[in-house]
Amino acid sequence: MTTILQLIMYGLQLGSIYALIALGYTMVYGIIGLINFAHGDFLMVGAFLVYFLAKAMGGGTLSYPVVAFIIIVGMILTGLLGVTTERIAYKPLRKKPRLSALITAIGVSMFLENFPRALPFIGPQPRPFPELFPMSSFSIGGVGTNSVQILMITFSIILMAGLHYITTKTKVGSQMRAVQFDKDAAALMGINVNNTISITFFIGAALAAAGGVFYASIYPMIDVYMGIWLGTKAFVAAVLGGIGDIRGAMLGGFIMGVAEVLATAVNSDLGYGAGFVILIFILLFKPAGIMGKFTIEKV
Amino acid sequence: MKKLVSILLVLIMTVSLFGCAGTSTGSGAAAPETIKIGVTLPISGQSAIAGEYMKNGIELIVDQLKAEGGLDVKGKKMQVEFLYEDNEAKPETTANAYRKLIDQDKVIAIVGPDMSKCILAGGPIAQASKVPCIGTFTTNEKVTQIGDFVFRACFIDPFQGRVMASYAADTLKVKTAAILYNNADDYSKGLMENFIKAFEAKGGTVVETQAYGGADVKDFNAQLTKIKAANPEVLFMPNQFGEVPLQMKQARQMGITAQFLGGDSWDSPDVPNIAGVDIVEGAAYDAAFSPVDPNPVCQDFVKRYKDKYGVNPNSNAVLAYEAALVVLEGVKNAETLNGQGVRDAMAKITNFPVPSGTITFDETRNPVKGAVINVYKNGQPDYVTTVNPN
Repeated sequence: MTTILQLIMYGLQLGSIYALIALGYTMVYGIIGLINFAHGDFLMVGAFLVYFLAKAMGGGTLSYPVVAFIIIVGMILTGLLGVTTERIAYKPLRKKPRLSALITAIGVSMFLENFPRALPFIGPQPRPFPELFPMSSFSIGGVGTNSVQILMITFSIILMAGLHYITTKTKVGSQMRAVQFDKDAAALMGINVNNTISITFFIGAALAAAGGVFYASIYPMIDVYMGIWLGTKAFVAAVLGGIGDIRGAMLGGFIMGVAEVLATAVNSDLGYGAGFVILIFILLFKPAGIMGKFTIEKV
Repeated sequence: MKKLVSILLVLIMTVSLFGCAGTSTGSGAAAPETIKIGVTLPISGQSAIAGEYMKNGIELIVDQLKAEGGLDVKGKKMQVEFLYEDNEAKPETTANAYRKLIDQDKVIAIVGPDMSKCILAGGPIAQASKVPCIGTFTTNEKVTQIGDFVFRACFIDPFQGRVMASYAADTLKVKTAAILYNNADDYSKGLMENFIKAFEAKGGTVVETQAYGGADVKDFNAQLTKIKAANPEVLFMPNQFGEVPLQMKQARQMGITAQFLGGDSWDSPDVPNIAGVDIVEGAAYDAAFSPVDPNPVCQDFVKRYKDKYGVNPNSNAVLAYEAALVVLEGVKNAETLNGQGVRDAMAKITNFPVPSGTITFDETRNPVKGAVINVYKNGQPDYVTTVNPN
């Protein structure tokens, strides 16, 4: 029993990261119908920015205000990168077929992976990520855990709740939902569609940066390719939960994390594929994902 | 705007046209005969860092040839050109790289890649085209079974598995072991299988064997939970050096106290760098070579490497350097300067001095050479002993 609880704990830890990244995919898809494959790479950029900021702050153990400061700066810079990417790469294609934008997204992703690799001060080698949060292990009723795990799960839930609040309760949120519903009608109602899409990209990329920092705090090794597999997994989580739906992304992330860890414990040879098997089953019965709604496309 | 772009494009194209013309006449005039040697290595992708070490190793030869004014082939100085081709550490890209090097670039031989699974895809192409190739870190047994044009510069997995099993059973005198391996990597699987065989033959028990599905897995908690429950004395992790640090960290965080054992892929300063000095303390692995080996050929190589790059070479760098030297030796002694000639000369190499010892190819084109055992002490590999094949 404790073993199962222990495994669920590890699953939640992995799942909270999947969920946080899945949110970015889902938000962008919900609003402009683009699967932003570069999302996983925003995560990498965020982790690297915080890595370099921490180094610039002197490295070693940093005080809490400094840690909060560098994470926020990292998130803002990554958010700006998201906005710039949208302006340069996606906006010119907004009226073109979706496939063009999708292929551009893959191109942006490759650029973001390989350009930093070519820079001499980043390069391909993996690096140790500094300990930003104090690590102390303890156990609750026989289930071993540590402070970083608990902190990360809590932070992820706070961020997700915050995002939910922004999209449902604020003016920006209602603008985002209006654009999602009908771009042209929203523009006629006086909503600045360009700004709304920029804000969406900003929030999505900033969340990815936070996800990158959380990820790197639990698995303290970063390299320029770290966004690829995380991006894929988070994308699957987003589809599983119903792409376009924020609650679905969270649910999908946690399901993926727990399922993967439990399946690995049952048979380590097959565990890696567990998430994908679940995806296939769910799509067989609910093609739009768990929370997704079917939309009829009018021609 | 569009006009500007098109003018710019035309300009770039014109310049590049002249650029091409310039270089082709330039090299044509300066060097009448150039020997082209292909190098396949991971420049991008998961193990790009290994590729960087390999390139560093080969560039030392390039420097040396430049200083000597070319390669001495039967009294004639010839220019040697190494053509680097990225294989992204993927078998299918390796096959493409081999095709390009053989069909387009017309290379006389190919050095690399470093991974067994990759040369297993490229090797058959070289074999069919009669171009000799030599893998650097390709320790899987099957590699040289592809055919008589496929060589390797390293020892083989059965030997490595045996070395680590005998170190565990005979030197550490432990009875129980657990294994965590990558089931998407032929190297990792090969070591796992041979470790189990040798360890059990010596009376030990492998209490738990856990797998994971590829280099991009970063969470090993489920596997380690099971290993912890089995309570082994040693934990054998024959995985790539980009994967091992997180495995070590997660194992120690969970409270696994078993001694870590690994294969030659651990031989990189990145392992203690990322995992942390206190976590790798006491971890033992076998390696192709040790930078503190007193052998003069080795010390000369280490010095030149350190002067140029500022760090100690790892096995990737040494093996790429040695593989390239073997090819050059083949070129020097070839009766006719083509793939067949170079292959025949390479197969005859005996007692050829290289930094990790000497290379003599047996009839299956595997070099007969020993392994060293290193133990991490204060974050530095500490040479313990050399194990020779018997």
